[in-house]
Amino acid sequence: MVRVEFLGPIQKEPLMLEITNLKELASILQEDESMKEWLENCAVAVNDMLVCSREIELKDGDRVALLPPVCGG
Amino acid sequence: MLYLYDGPLNVATILKEWYEQEASSNYGAYISFVGTVRSEDNIEGLSFDIYEPILNSWFDAWQKKAAAKGAIIKMAHSRGDVMLHESSYIAAVFSPKRRVALELIDEFVEDFKASAPIWKYDLRGEKRVYALERSTAIKGSGLLK
Repeated sequence: MVRVEFLGPIQKEPLMLEITNLKELASILQEDESMKEWLENCAVAVNDMLVCSREIELKDGDRVALLPPVCGG
Repeated sequence: MLYLYDGPLNVATILKEWYEQEASSNYGAYISFVGTVRSEDNIEGLSFDIYEPILNSWFDAWQKKAAAKGAIIKMAHSRGDVMLHESSYIAAVFSPKRRVALELIDEFVEDFKASAPIWKYDLRGEKRVYALERSTAIKGSGLLK
């Protein structure tokens, strides 16, 4: 199982999903109307490393996080 | 040297502590940036969420970049609520000569605003409103759209 977390202002509980790559995660989240706008502007981290490809493989125990636009300071 | 605090930063204490930590380290320059919550659009204050694992790795990468120039970076940030005229963010660079510190503080604070995993909310009445219009999408965003 892969744990998917939604950080900061995204009001969504974590998901536990049987997925093997980020493409599958994209398909699942695209079906969720509440995620539509967040998918446009969220970055993605796998095991706390930011990634820039959907081809990355996921294995059991991996953690994916969605990071919406930031503004520290 | 990354310091996170619940609530507002005690600016005078933090700047003094950092000064004392490096007083004998032979740095010729100590340049700090202090961010203060301003009164605008009738907000009562700001509030912050931080995702520490990625903040730590982002900061470590900057510390390595600074070390290559003989410099060090210190940063303090608030979690939770910070009211008007209080401080939520301090960054500082210590370097042997001034030019490195002047340039690094600029680059560091700009990248902080664009990349550090911290989310800002306006405090209005009982509400905590995500400041989306003032936020920046992290490089590579939209991967799952």
